[in-house]
Amino acid sequence: MPILEGIKKISDTIWEIPASFKEGMRVPARIYATEELMKEMDQEVLTQITNVATLPGIINYAYCMPDGHQGYGFPIGGVAAMDAKTGVISPGGIGFDINCGMRLVLTNLTYAEVKPHIKELVNALFQRVPAGVGSTGFLKISKQQFREVIAQGARWCVKEGYGWEEDLERIEENGCIGGADPSKVSEKAVDRGYNQIGTLGSGNHYLEIQVAKPEFIFDKELAHVFGITIPDQVVIMFHCGSRGFGHQVATDYLQVFLKVMDKKYGIKILDRELACAPFNSPEGQDYFAAMKGGINMSFANRQVILHRIREVFENVFHKDAKKLGMHMVYDVAHNTAKLEKYEIGGEVKELIVHRKGATRAFGPKMEGLPEIYRDVGQPVIIGGSMETGSYLLVGVKSGIQTFFSTAHGSGRTMSRTKARRVFEGRRLLRDMEDRGIYVRTTSFSGLAEEAGPAYKDIDAVITATDKAGLSKRVVKLIPIGNVKG
Amino acid sequence: MPYRFLEDVATADIAFEASGETLEELFIASALATTNVMIRDLQQIEKRERREIKVEAEEMDLLLFNFLQEIIFYKDAEQLLFTEYDVKINEKDTPLGLIAEVYGEKLNMSKHDLIVDVKAVTLHQFEIKKIESGWKATVILDI
Repeated sequence: MPILEGIKKISDTIWEIPASFKEGMRVPARIYATEELMKEMDQEVLTQITNVATLPGIINYAYCMPDGHQGYGFPIGGVAAMDAKTGVISPGGIGFDINCGMRLVLTNLTYAEVKPHIKELVNALFQRVPAGVGSTGFLKISKQQFREVIAQGARWCVKEGYGWEEDLERIEENGCIGGADPSKVSEKAVDRGYNQIGTLGSGNHYLEIQVAKPEFIFDKELAHVFGITIPDQVVIMFHCGSRGFGHQVATDYLQVFLKVMDKKYGIKILDRELACAPFNSPEGQDYFAAMKGGINMSFANRQVILHRIREVFENVFHKDAKKLGMHMVYDVAHNTAKLEKYEIGGEVKELIVHRKGATRAFGPKMEGLPEIYRDVGQPVIIGGSMETGSYLLVGVKSGIQTFFSTAHGSGRTMSRTKARRVFEGRRLLRDMEDRGIYVRTTSFSGLAEEAGPAYKDIDAVITATDKAGLSKRVVKLIPIGNVKG
Repeated sequence: MPYRFLEDVATADIAFEASGETLEELFIASALATTNVMIRDLQQIEKRERREIKVEAEEMDLLLFNFLQEIIFYKDAEQLLFTEYDVKINEKDTPLGLIAEVYGEKLNMSKHDLIVDVKAVTLHQFEIKKIESGWKATVILDI
């Protein structure tokens, strides 16, 4: 979009839309972007982020991250912190795919060692980690057991033998957020999700084998702390969420909120996707407890997938996963709302921080970080398009400006419908293979939708993120194998 | 076809516009469009299973929302996609009611050319409009 009159340039990476821009805005909105990215951003982002600024209890600003693009309700890349006492909680500020996130796993193998096996690895991963429309997982559990999973998250998996004890401390909330209440989720949500643990889903979800090339290590010391220590080290990154269970929880409560929002609480909104309820209301608390079930389901989903990945590498390299150094770096979420404490106007307040397509990025020494990263800050995993690469960053002190939130991906610029027309899946697959990226997909049309040019330039997004002080880049990771969901 | 996908309305999601001379036709067109997001060729779905869908809502657009949501529910809960929809809408009652008989079959990766999973129906720009030739709906699906 052209940079409209009235949008104030605060710095090279911050653009402010004053509260006078639209009736009902309670705070200004701030878009984080370089001038280039700002010009590229679609007009709808402006409409959506200023709609967010009208929500009751919002503190400081409605933020949009550098990878921002139009979504529903909130833009993707939208961040809003609401006062827990006076503010609202909104499913539209979290997304249907509750706790969708990224996980990064190490190996002690080099590209030279993995290259001869890449097809075997990707083919086996494609077999062992189901992907695509309506896929179901290998874990056969009862609905009652599923309710335990949503209460216990990744802890349940490790207890059942799907993972290592050390995995838990490397997941936000140690893999299990407290307060998840299975009695607050519908039978329908359970029906949709209980057979989907260990599945990728589709769309932009993927599982990728990547290489940390020496020329893309931007901070050697930090890379070391995160376990990237050998030249051309191979890592595995994957992206998925809470599957049908989370989607149903969000859908259920969207409707609950629509019914009570205006009639019971007198809240008026500009887009029904922003349906909300006071955080401190029975409906708000019920959703929060159900949504936490979605958080735990996605931690469990990613935990079981990690287990399967380790099995695949063990089979291919005939070595134990521990001997292959397959430690998890971290698991980050980018579709959540969490209670966090911040000092606002000299007073410590509890805020419900909505991050929709935005990653939490805690700075050094912050509470909630695992001991191993306490001194350096939280690892931040940002997935790029399957053609261009992804990044590992770290949370920084200056992240406080956005309540320690940063970008989550490259951000789409082309619609799926158009991408399907412009790109041809089979040809794309061949082209990628020629460039050293071996891909398996459940759908060629789905693959075409994910073509690199349908996204913003990941390097530009990361540069803006780094420059704005939202998080600091550590390593760029280059794809060599991809299972496309 | 009584529906078309829109290129410039949603980026990460998929938007479509559906139409019908009657509300029933509009709902069927919207259901087919939603299914067509997940599978390339609706003709590939055989009518092996029958389900009955019943939904209610205070408003007509939310009735459509609930109906489409049921289709997404069956995709995950029973791995079913439908190709034929027989829809009856009761406009007179409050709340409004819909009963549909739907026919389809279980997803099969080797038989069906699947495209992309629909996570949910969003309410963003969601609307049903009366037009000269009948009804029109705009829907954005979360992918």
